[in-house]
Amino acid sequence: MSDQVESKIWVFVEQRRHVVAEVGLELLGKARSLAEPLQWKVAAVLVGHELDALAEMVLSFGVDEALVADDALLEHYCNQAYVKAVEGAIRQYEPQALLLGATAMGTDFAPRLAARLRTGLSAHCIDLDLTPDGQLLSLVPGWGGNVMARISCPKTRPQVATVLPGVFPVPEPGRARGRMVSLNPQLQPEDLGYRVVETKREEAPKSGLETAEVVVAGGWGVGSKADWTRVEELAAALNGAVGATRPPVDEGWAEEKQMIGQSGRTVRPRLYIGLGISGHMHHLVGVKSSELSVAINSDPKAAIFEHCHVGLVGDLKEIVPPLVEAIKQYSQQEPG
Amino acid sequence: MRIIVCVKPVPDPKHWNRLQLDPKTRTLVRKGIPGTINPLDRHALEAALTLREQEGGEVLVVSMAPEDSQPVLKEALAMGADRAVLLSDRVFAGSDTLGTAYVLSVGIERLGEFDLILCGDETIDGGTAQVSAQLAEFLGTPNVMHVSGLEVSPGKPWLARSQIEHGYTLVEIEPPMVLSVVKTINTPRYVTLMNILEAEQKPIEVWSANDVTLSEPWAGLAGSPTQMADLFAPERKGMAEMITGDPKEQAAKLADRLHRLGFC
Repeated sequence: MSDQVESKIWVFVEQRRHVVAEVGLELLGKARSLAEPLQWKVAAVLVGHELDALAEMVLSFGVDEALVADDALLEHYCNQAYVKAVEGAIRQYEPQALLLGATAMGTDFAPRLAARLRTGLSAHCIDLDLTPDGQLLSLVPGWGGNVMARISCPKTRPQVATVLPGVFPVPEPGRARGRMVSLNPQLQPEDLGYRVVETKREEAPKSGLETAEVVVAGGWGVGSKADWTRVEELAAALNGAVGATRPPVDEGWAEEKQMIGQSGRTVRPRLYIGLGISGHMHHLVGVKSSELSVAINSDPKAAIFEHCHVGLVGDLKEIVPPLVEAIKQYSQQEPG
Repeated sequence: MRIIVCVKPVPDPKHWNRLQLDPKTRTLVRKGIPGTINPLDRHALEAALTLREQEGGEVLVVSMAPEDSQPVLKEALAMGADRAVLLSDRVFAGSDTLGTAYVLSVGIERLGEFDLILCGDETIDGGTAQVSAQLAEFLGTPNVMHVSGLEVSPGKPWLARSQIEHGYTLVEIEPPMVLSVVKTINTPRYVTLMNILEAEQKPIEVWSANDVTLSEPWAGLAGSPTQMADLFAPERKGMAEMITGDPKEQAAKLADRLHRLGFC
């Protein structure tokens, strides 16, 4: 078996303590569908220590190659060591594209790696395309989602992109058919740049947002801390969780853990109700999987009305109290 | 201690509803929208000023921006920075993050040695959050992103706390370094009228491409590896089904709908 790596699209599958970030698997699925028309092969890249089991796992997602950089010095994430671990392989095997999740790790590792390779990187993409001549086109939201940019990287390779978690589905695992290739990173302690003292899990007080069947979220249009109780009352009446866009978190009406969207959480409820939310893409990417989405906003031109199923134009102060009352009435009725 | 803070002037987000997309040139029209310091860069500057108060030294502000951004640098000087350098040249215009990081790195090389470079973790406009790590790569120093805490004690490695999903990582790191901060690290100080008057006395130097050494080709639109193939307003899915009537009717209709769907 040759050790030549043939894959043209590489996906960095991030892991910490042998737990992979789901976005890595999402990207494996997307990479395979991008690669298919060009008959390119797809590789998963794993960096860390003692990764055999994870290599088996990523191979079950149908990749052609699992490229494994395994070294005791890679046990904890350190950007300079990670860059060194994969840089040589990228120069040697010349992949056309490299995809990473826009996570805490991916948003740090990707720019450092792209700068080392002196190549182009597009950030927190929400869609990817591959042209017949192998150009990666990334769809990037900017200006709070007011505009979308399509970014290309015509001259340098690999074309690197970080992708927001949750925009592509996790593919179904199947029978592994690919092979594992060791990248032999050959690191020295001085390659680390810094030393990880500890990694702590903070039990973020559960907001219950990710698993909630009903999410009621408020935005800037809610108006004030005192008015925020309307969001909470409606959520309580529907047995739902409370979410927020960025401004209410910045203003202290809501907590950081309640923020939904690009820099917050992604929710998949059966029912989403947005109160006083104008509809910036940064928030909408976090709620787009909602089965039924309802928006109440005083501005009939608010963008959210073009992204939700049901809309009500009006003043929250006048609509929400009778809505809460009516919901309570229904809930008190005997079923049947 | 020598601390450099990278700041980016951005159009004030309070006025973003006035941003227009020019359908012909496919560029954003920012005319008439006042500039301000990118919000997270204020937190970076605050961290620098706190450290200067603790350890002594100087705080320099560096920005790559058009020449008319000087009022924004004045804001940084009013907050307490000692001196500001504006890297401004047509050659730099249109730089992507690699180009921006490269231009900042050559500007910083001209400024000489430093202990710490602080950046905001991301900007509110493009928001790529890529420049700090790329700047560190060009300068050959370690970097930590998403920093929510910093502990500096003389003669010992510094401790930086970096936020990750569901927790944080604590790292030991030695200067020189690049750190990019998140907003929980501190609360930026208020600027008084006196501060603003004092800032008038502080120098802003403007450096063009001739004042720095550009040995690599990444600066500006032409040098940048990424290109904007298209810029457009987000796709509209089509209008929602609207529930009309007076507020009570709207509430009743929606509650009825939610009831029939089994939500209440």
